[in-house]
Amino acid sequence: MTGYLADVATLARKDLRLELRARDTLPAMLLFVLSTFVVFHFALPQGSGENAAQGLLWVALVFTALLGLARSWAPEREGGVFDGLVLAPCDRSAIWLGKAAAVLVFLVAIEVVALPAFALFFEPLDGAAVAGVALANVGICAVGTMLAAMAAASRTRELILPLLFLPLAIPLVVGGVGSAISPEPGRYLLFLALYDAVFAIICWATFEYVVTE
Amino acid sequence: MIQARGLQKRYGSKRVLRGVDLDLPRGGFLVVSGPNGSGKTTLLRLCAGLALPSGGTLAIEPERGRIGYLGHESLLYRDLTALENLDLYGRLYRVPERRERIGMLLGRFGLWDARNERVSTFSRGMVQRLALCRAFLHDPDLLVLDEPFTALDGEGAELLDRELATLSGERTFLVATHDPHRLAPLASERLALA
Repeated sequence: MTGYLADVATLARKDLRLELRARDTLPAMLLFVLSTFVVFHFALPQGSGENAAQGLLWVALVFTALLGLARSWAPEREGGVFDGLVLAPCDRSAIWLGKAAAVLVFLVAIEVVALPAFALFFEPLDGAAVAGVALANVGICAVGTMLAAMAAASRTRELILPLLFLPLAIPLVVGGVGSAISPEPGRYLLFLALYDAVFAIICWATFEYVVTE
Repeated sequence: MIQARGLQKRYGSKRVLRGVDLDLPRGGFLVVSGPNGSGKTTLLRLCAGLALPSGGTLAIEPERGRIGYLGHESLLYRDLTALENLDLYGRLYRVPERRERIGMLLGRFGLWDARNERVSTFSRGMVQRLALCRAFLHDPDLLVLDEPFTALDGEGAELLDRELATLSGERTFLVATHDPHRLAPLASERLALA
């Protein structure tokens, strides 16, 4: 188990180092989410209410995550590095978990800026809404990293990833919006936690088959 | 160490390998030759475990972590340095005395002075040398090398000649090349794909 976690940490650290060097993903995600808020701020009619604003937050977060996910396997595509990782004797699920952990760090880093910006443009978020975002992040990264790995092998990956990811992200949007606007957010948070657990286990167990040719 | 019977590989409707038989014993040195598109790379990818056969049988003795693979691509991160790339693979392959082994290989392949430079700044020949360091890093039992002399200058090619000569007999080699004469003194088996 220690060796497995060490492999995950090694792979995640490598992705963070690559991002610090190349700055390919984080600036694009940050620019996208902030510009989306600006556009929505002017596009949303006055008095549209809290519900509409929460919906817009989730549109922005899901598409920002999609932007990061689409780039997540780009370093492995270049130079055929994916073959090198697949040949290594480590458990192949560690490749998925390391990448998902790195994408999660990127997403949280963006949200540290994006959520206060949302509060500035629209309205403050309560604790349940932030908890909903945190739980949805796990599901987005677990499912999205797996699907991005599947799409990465295809020449039409920019098309395939959204087609695969967005339907599976709908429950996360429902749970996230529900946790922000419902008088009983606990049910929605529980739903998000269950989604995270189920899909994380599925992705962890099936990644081996996804990367075998 | 490797035994294949009637090995086939298709990509869609295109048949790349048609019933290849091969026996490569432990310590053997198999040189695979053939024109472009004859399936050399596909055969090596099958033997490295990077692809699955479409037909026939393929038995490979060493487990995944004991195979060293050099492909057409470097399998290196362009935005990491030479040292960081080898350190990453060294950790994943659990290489004992990793730093010493990496330092020794970088020195042997003439890359020690460039160890802290990013791979993206390397010439094609330097990338190939580093890719060879990566393939040799974990001291594998089976080395699967696809056109290992590609992009190497005279000095690099001589370095590789020496490395192959030192290890032949101790390790098992499966090497695809357009220049089988160069490896003729080392080859114990030959396979010509049409």
